Amino acid sequence: MTSKNVRVKIGEMKTNAGLIKNLELSVGKVITDNWDEPMGPTPMPHISTLRDWDFRLLNKYKPFYMPDCDLCCLCTYGKCDLTAGKRGACGLNIADQSSRIVLIACCIGATTHNAHARHVVDHLIEVYGRKFPLNVGGLNVKVEAPVTRLITGVKPDTLGDLDDILSYTESQLTHCLSAAHTGQEANNLDFESKAFHAGRMDQIGMEIADLCQISTLGFPKADPEAPLIQMGIGTVDTKKPVIMCIGHNVVPSVGIIDYMKEHKLDDKMEVVGLCCTAIDNTRYYERAKIVGPISWELRFIRGGFADVTVLDEQCVRTDCNIEAERVKSPVIAASEKNCLGYKDRTNDPVDQIVEDLATYKVPGVLILDPEKVGEVAVRVAQRVAPVRKKMSSLPELDQIKELAKKCRHCNLCQRSCPQDLSIEPAVRAAAEGDYSKLADLYEACIGCGRCEEACPVKLEIHSFILKVGEKKMIEEKNFCRSGRGAVQDTEIRSVGGPLVLGEIPGIVALVGCANYPNGGKDVYDIAREFALRRYIVVTSGCSAMSAGSYKNEDGKTLYEEFPGGFEAGGVLNVGSCVSNPHIAGAAIKVASIFAKRNLRGNYEEIADYIHNRVGAVGLAWGAYSQKAASIAAGFWSLGVPVLVGPHGTKYRRMLLGRSDKPENWEVLDARTGETVNVGPAPEHLFQSVETPQEAMVQIAKLCLRPNDTWKGRMGKLTHYIDLHKRHYGVMPPDIHQFVRTPADIPITMKDEITAVLKEHNWKESIIPDPTMIPRLVRKAKE
Amino acid sequence: MSCEPWQCAEIAATKKANPIQKPEIVVAMIKKASRPLLIVGSNVITRQLEGKPVIDFIIDLANASKVQVLATAHIVGEFVKRGYQPAGFMTAMDIGNRIVDPTWMGLDGKGHPDLVMFVGLPYYMESLLLSGLKHFAPDLKTMTLDNTYHPHASWSFPNAGSDVWASNLKVITSKFSEGGN
Ligand code: SF4
Ligand code: SF4
Ligand code: SF4
Repeated sequence: MTSKNVRVKIGEMKTNAGLIKNLELSVGKVITDNWDEPMGPTPMPHISTLRDWDFRLLNKYKPFYMPDCDLCCLCTYGKCDLTAGKRGACGLNIADQSSRIVLIACCIGATTHNAHARHVVDHLIEVYGRKFPLNVGGLNVKVEAPVTRLITGVKPDTLGDLDDILSYTESQLTHCLSAAHTGQEANNLDFESKAFHAGRMDQIGMEIADLCQISTLGFPKADPEAPLIQMGIGTVDTKKPVIMCIGHNVVPSVGIIDYMKEHKLDDKMEVVGLCCTAIDNTRYYERAKIVGPISWELRFIRGGFADVTVLDEQCVRTDCNIEAERVKSPVIAASEKNCLGYKDRTNDPVDQIVEDLATYKVPGVLILDPEKVGEVAVRVAQRVAPVRKKMSSLPELDQIKELAKKCRHCNLCQRSCPQDLSIEPAVRAAAEGDYSKLADLYEACIGCGRCEEACPVKLEIHSFILKVGEKKMIEEKNFCRSGRGAVQDTEIRSVGGPLVLGEIPGIVALVGCANYPNGGKDVYDIAREFALRRYIVVTSGCSAMSAGSYKNEDGKTLYEEFPGGFEAGGVLNVGSCVSNPHIAGAAIKVASIFAKRNLRGNYEEIADYIHNRVGAVGLAWGAYSQKAASIAAGFWSLGVPVLVGPHGTKYRRMLLGRSDKPENWEVLDARTGETVNVGPAPEHLFQSVETPQEAMVQIAKLCLRPNDTWKGRMGKLTHYIDLHKRHYGVMPPDIHQFVRTPADIPITMKDEITAVLKEHNWKESIIPDPTMIPRLVRKAKE
Repeated sequence: MSCEPWQCAEIAATKKANPIQKPEIVVAMIKKASRPLLIVGSNVITRQLEGKPVIDFIIDLANASKVQVLATAHIVGEFVKRGYQPAGFMTAMDIGNRIVDPTWMGLDGKGHPDLVMFVGLPYYMESLLLSGLKHFAPDLKTMTLDNTYHPHASWSFPNAGSDVWASNLKVITSKFSEGGN
């Protein structure tokens, strides 16, 4: 499309009123002033603009629905029973309903990140002004916002530009969510396409949130040597006053850290974090400590370690305040999205708030001014720390023994435990003074507390597990690398070729939350396996913490053992949840910097490039949230496969390829326009796997791409076959689908594989210049 | 015998599994089916009955009944090293996705299964798969051989202890061993 079309488009948009008009004007400014790349066909796509592309993917990877609920109760016509094809009073069937729930989840996730970005951008504009320049890596990162540039066609330069772009994502998300109203969208694939769109908006929102905080707050800027941060409860000096921040938004923590520094208290206090706030705190302040992922919230609070608990937004247990009150840890709610029913004290004098909290006149307050949060948190922590004497709500062992005798052996605890843990036998043994079975539960327990809610005699089972695991808990001392942010353009230049040719076998991104089926060690094991195999291993969020929470035989954590660069065998933590677009951004930059494809407003072509050439796979082993759903959706629409652990089945919809249907695996050869069958590479777009062994094998397989050179394919197949034989004990059954020419066959396995090929009447095929988009076939032009 | 879902919140609406009151029902169902398929998940390695992993009981049952076995996750090797060759292996999602396709011709290409049994997947995962089949393969009969009640199946054992589970699996096996197939 020519720039003429763009002008028309902008002109049309100008006819709208209000905010939209401002947005379009600003877009015009950026377009004319700052970026000379020609505009692609889909700048600022609307909810249906990329529908064709989404449908291409959705027809290749069809949804497989596993409804988590047979009913719909979203309007007063209902409840409607949608079992087995019945339609509801509005005409909706269960496939539509399941995809509608996917859309709603993605909208919740995407609006959460966008609202987070909105809050941070507005706040930072207030502090630094609209004209404050963006800088995520100086000269090393010229493509500062690859996702935003790709989707919107806009190159943001200043904080003010981010404000404008957010107006676009906000309007799109309103459209996306509105499609979920009764009697709006009626087709499951269209719901799915809109979920993809929400995912695209999510990626922009996250990118903006990270871009502005990296630019203004002195976070590491695309730094492969971002500092190693102390992590684990054992690293916290509990003799000092301890302030614990939980959530995702760094702004209140900045207030706390600034106040501490200004008053030279940084030696005298501890600021610790749980969930993504923890990671972002360390990007701002190296001495901040990471306690652990979301599932550690109850552990840390009940352990009594926190003198003051500061809650911001997202993934904060909604009973954190109740738990904190039990251990007399005053609570400060610091986000207007999470007010917890507390009185708004934002405009009250600090002295008065401090007095009220420190004397326990009130258990908690709402303060929406980050600077005030900082002063209040620090002063209250100093006041209460000596009197609290680390009050713990954990029972003593002899108390556990006595309490356990009350057990009625009803098994409701296990039946309520999402991990299906054998709790009753552990409680039974504890009643006899044997705590070993309770201790065995520590690693797999995700700290949800559901067992306690179910127990008819109100045994605090989770506290029992914590007490018995206390020694282990206190000994947790590890390292996490602070979030480095973006991948440098120079790094992309060095790895772009080997990645696209398949010589670096892939990028494995371990992202997302901590709803693991059996503890965080799986994340470590998987990350280490692929780092040793010289894949590029990227981490973020809670997975970044879990990856750093275990040590090798030399006592080194993953981040000490492997370099932090975007390179073969590197393990790099990009940062918190909102840093995930750096991973998508790296793939996009491979297309734009290495392959010199135009980026601007050119979504389909770049996604097609990534899908067919860049062997990237996301693993969200413990994904639990709606944000994880929208993050995944952003990757799906780019054609990047995502795996989730077994709990991920509860997202109720997979996007699966059918390796047994050859017609699903045809691409066009961009050189000739001919159709070429490239086999199931990659086989799936979204899949849940059952065991870590299965995850490893699937990851290796999902890194295969049609564009792999024979040398690249040979390397990738070596890893796939090797892992398969190790974990499954047998040869993979589908090698014949991935060997295109004899040169693809790993030399050391030649005889074995040749036998398999013979068995399947294998025929040689060509390695095309693959594309799924007919207009990208060059022949017509030549 | 309790017929509540094993995981308390895993409730179904209007179509709930018939309880299998005695193991002979399983035997009759398998015999009646022309193309039964047994999907076996990773918990058969980690769960023990009478001091042996559940997989040992499943292999006995499969040998006696001659049902086709599909192994999910990474456990195919566990079968092979015990001298049993399953008819196939793939991820749990892949097999679910094939079953809801009425044109899928089964692991051997000879026809779509008419009875699909499950055992040993994580409860919640098995539950969701069964839900997928209940909704999208409504004419298919599904059954679980676990000791946990799965409301989304067509037939399920009620919740029971390990001893009852072991005994049920052994009775099913013995009925096939005695009576031929
Ligand atoms: S939205 Fe439709 S299916 Fe849901 S309750 Fe209302 S009428 Fe029933
Ligand atoms: S707190 Fe732990 S043991 Fe209790 S239900 Fe949750 S995961 Fe299970
Ligand atoms: S729910 Fe409570 S009473 Fe029942 S078995 Fe578990 S610990 Fe015992």
